[in-house]
Amino acid sequence: MFELPSGAEIQSIIASLSASVGFFIPEIYLSVLFMLLIVVDLVAKGRKNNLLAVTTLLGLAGSIFFIYQQHFLPAKELFFGMYVLDEFGIFFKYFFVLAGMLAVIITMADEQFESEVKSMGEYYALIIAMVIGMIMMASSADLMMIFLSMELVSFSAFILTGYFKRDPRSSEAALKYLVYGAVSSGLMVYGFSLIYGLTGQTNLINISSELSQHGYDPLLMILATLLILAGFGYKIGAVPFHFWAPDVYEGAPTPITAYLSVASKAAGFALLMRFFYIAVPHGGPSYEDILGINWVSLLILLSISSMIYGNVVALWQKNVKRLLAYSSIAHAGYLLLGIIVMDAFGTQSTLFYLLSYFLMNFGAFYVVILIANKTGSENLEDYRGLGKKMPLAGAALTVFLISLVGLPPTIGFIGKLMIFSALLAKGSLYIWLSLIGIMTSVISLYYYMLIPLNMYLRESPQSEEKNMNPGMVAQIIMAVLMFLTLYFGLFFQPLSDFAKYSSAMFGLRLY
Amino acid sequence: MLSLIVFLPIIAGLVILAVPSSQKQIIRIVSLLAALAQGVLAVLIWRGYDPSLPGITAGPGGSPLGSFQFVEKIPWISLQLGGFGSLNIEYFLGVDGISVTMVILTALVSAIGVLSSWTIQKQVKGYFILYNLLATAMMGCFVALDFFLFYVFWELMLLPMYFLIGIWGGPNREYAAIKFFLYTLFGSVFMLLVMIGLYFSVIDPVTGNHTFSLVAMANQANYIKGAILGPDNVMWRYVAFSVLFVGFAIKVPMFPFHTWLPDAHVEAPTPISVILAGVLLKLGTYGMMRINFPLFPEVFHASLYVIGIFGAINIIYGAFCALAQQDLKKMVAYSSISHMGYVLLGLAAGNSEGMVGALYQMFNHGTITAMLFLLVGVIYDRAHTRQIDKFGGLASYMPVYAAFVTVAWFASLGLPGLSGFISEALVFVGAFSSVTTRYIAMVSVLGIVFGAAYLLWSLQRMFLGQRKPDAAYDLVVGDDGHEHIHFHDWKGKIDLDGRELVMLVPLVVITIFLGIYPMPVLGMLTTSINKLVQVLSPLAMR
Repeated sequence: MFELPSGAEIQSIIASLSASVGFFIPEIYLSVLFMLLIVVDLVAKGRKNNLLAVTTLLGLAGSIFFIYQQHFLPAKELFFGMYVLDEFGIFFKYFFVLAGMLAVIITMADEQFESEVKSMGEYYALIIAMVIGMIMMASSADLMMIFLSMELVSFSAFILTGYFKRDPRSSEAALKYLVYGAVSSGLMVYGFSLIYGLTGQTNLINISSELSQHGYDPLLMILATLLILAGFGYKIGAVPFHFWAPDVYEGAPTPITAYLSVASKAAGFALLMRFFYIAVPHGGPSYEDILGINWVSLLILLSISSMIYGNVVALWQKNVKRLLAYSSIAHAGYLLLGIIVMDAFGTQSTLFYLLSYFLMNFGAFYVVILIANKTGSENLEDYRGLGKKMPLAGAALTVFLISLVGLPPTIGFIGKLMIFSALLAKGSLYIWLSLIGIMTSVISLYYYMLIPLNMYLRESPQSEEKNMNPGMVAQIIMAVLMFLTLYFGLFFQPLSDFAKYSSAMFGLRLY
Repeated sequence: MLSLIVFLPIIAGLVILAVPSSQKQIIRIVSLLAALAQGVLAVLIWRGYDPSLPGITAGPGGSPLGSFQFVEKIPWISLQLGGFGSLNIEYFLGVDGISVTMVILTALVSAIGVLSSWTIQKQVKGYFILYNLLATAMMGCFVALDFFLFYVFWELMLLPMYFLIGIWGGPNREYAAIKFFLYTLFGSVFMLLVMIGLYFSVIDPVTGNHTFSLVAMANQANYIKGAILGPDNVMWRYVAFSVLFVGFAIKVPMFPFHTWLPDAHVEAPTPISVILAGVLLKLGTYGMMRINFPLFPEVFHASLYVIGIFGAINIIYGAFCALAQQDLKKMVAYSSISHMGYVLLGLAAGNSEGMVGALYQMFNHGTITAMLFLLVGVIYDRAHTRQIDKFGGLASYMPVYAAFVTVAWFASLGLPGLSGFISEALVFVGAFSSVTTRYIAMVSVLGIVFGAAYLLWSLQRMFLGQRKPDAAYDLVVGDDGHEHIHFHDWKGKIDLDGRELVMLVPLVVITIFLGIYPMPVLGMLTTSINKLVQVLSPLAMR
């Protein structure tokens, strides 16, 4: 039987909660925005004007101000260790809000919504819900909180994926996403329960100290990490938890695809880093593994298989969104490399790589939408001759793809450079991993170049002159993204410094 | 000065971007002006270059910049890396005897390439933007002294080249373009890993930081013991050397990595073939001399024999393949492979004579092959075929063309009095005087014989004798009672026209002049080569 807390205890709980609220303002603000959007939708009566989109955009932009304020607060655990405010979390707050803004901008450009959807009411509200969920994923410090925030993201994502109700591909994608999501979160929760059984704790830091004080059964530990990895691996889209990715990416509305491929992956990585760096012991003297296998070896396995599988299977794709889906699987593999090295440099390079992936992947999807608006197709064959008809779009897409390959002078090159530097800074330990990474990126060149190949080297079968101008605003957005991809490829210092600043978790500089 | 010569073309490219694509003539003229300005700068650099300063590396006690000239050094990026210190990248340009030779060659060949591009009619704007990007990247590679900067320029070449072959190329261009791209990228990604490894192994003696500076890397005293490519880590140093060597050898191209070259050449439009053979192939051997060998001198010494054997294979195999070709351009492409073999042989000799010969051969091969490809382009423009047996007796109908072809062909086979002879002779002098390569050189001499065979044979089949029944042209009796040659749908002048003469005459003059009096080039590069040989010598390693 629970005893009712005494009046003094309730007082102290309330005091503690209200003390934490001050550190929680961006999340509160976004929740208010979420509700506001529902009200605005009622006022606008689902009419397809841009009122909702603009409100969302401005609302998200406003949250940046509140996030910025948090730089001046000390790193701190909130709400009885459920939640945390630290540089690492702030980095991802910016990341998800900016990604949300780009998703809204891309949605405004996508003409498919005109024909497929009657009302945009819930759409923007759900995007906000997803942003909140991801922010909370990146800042959770407790197993319960991790699970709750992950589910918040997943449920919003399921609905958004199936938002084109009349498109069977979209519905199929949503169902697949749901089924795989349910299975993997089930596995993950089972892993959490094993951890809880081992330690009696749900807070990440407490788990860590409990494990190092009392030791643990290595077999049980590896089983728990494996199960938890199923959940995280699903979010980041790493092999062998990737099966949903191609269908979902192909079927979902393209802005959602772009958002999932960048932000959902980043959220998964944030969790992965926080959980494995903090909760599960590694390296120290109390550390035990079984048959030389520990979670680092599991991550290495995931990373290698993602890089090879993603890049090789992409070679045969005929649909550009599907091709980018496999490429995103491969990029999950590259990102894992930065985590495997397990030091501050590795974390920094992973965060930097996420930033670079943000720019180039959003850019690529944006151009894919603009092209689909004009040609009505995402098939490689229909890209023939587009380089001449849409010169800026062609050039921009080429830059983004080159960046995805990792060639200079683009930001993608710097991302790869930093990841491989982090690997090689460990001496000869991980040379073979970097070799696999490098070899697979050569393979990736082939399929990425299929797109410019079709755009520039092949002539379009029908030569009628249609108006292919995507409009002034779209041109500017494209040009800005392209410019940033190139600019940060040459002058990457600010981003890299920011990534370094953000690699502190719980106020601790790791390692 | 060097920044200007590097970025002039890209500035021209930006100007072209603003010109409407219908103004083809303006676009061409802007490119030509940029190329000419580059040429003027190259001449200024040549005049201002002091041949008594060696360059290559900073010796003990000397200036930290080494004795490089026209140096520009600005900190570019200085990153704080978690738990590691900092990552310092510099914008560091400079020339020594090796690079100044290549800078002049690049300026010359780019300018001729622009002239040769005059006949490009398809998407002129896009073409010249890419062309100028390529020109910047090539020049940048030759003057960059920071490995990171070098790598950026090196990779920057790939994309324009891919499109230039892929859009403006022949019927099989898609295959050739992606093959070129994949081959070279395969080589260069490993270079990226070696670059990172070197960064972690080298300390700049002045700042005490890790550095990408090639000048610091070329001094073995700057390597940290115990680092991944440190002096005691023998295995990884061998691996790194081999990986770099393969990366550069793909560009040369060295057997067995050569198969992209004939495809690329056959499909590429004439100006791009000129650039490819004239400059890009040299980047492979330049990379060996600038990076591969001086950074790993002990491995270089251990592998002299292997490099020499590959050089000999290139010479003989290339010549045999050339002998078997029906397509004139393919024949010239294989002759390129054969002639780059001499460069490898000269490098393998490891002594001053061989190295000087190798570098001089790089220069001469640049000018001579540019000429060969231009001449192939001339006949292809007119006849729309390059099959050797579709011609015959051309000498009597196109005498000027025949004369130029004869000079170029003889220069290519190494006739005394023409520049190719001197460099090949130097290579062989070097190779014979080195114990390692003596026997390899003896075998390689056969290459000269086969070289003479395919060149003379093609000359005979195309230019001497009578018109063949299935020839690519007709003979018509003109008003003056003489027989004239007539190409289908060719409106221009039958023999060389003015633009073609403007391209070819300077090259012929250079070839003849440097064959008689090679000192302007040799004088420029010998000090640096001597220093390079000294850096590479086993004595200097301790």
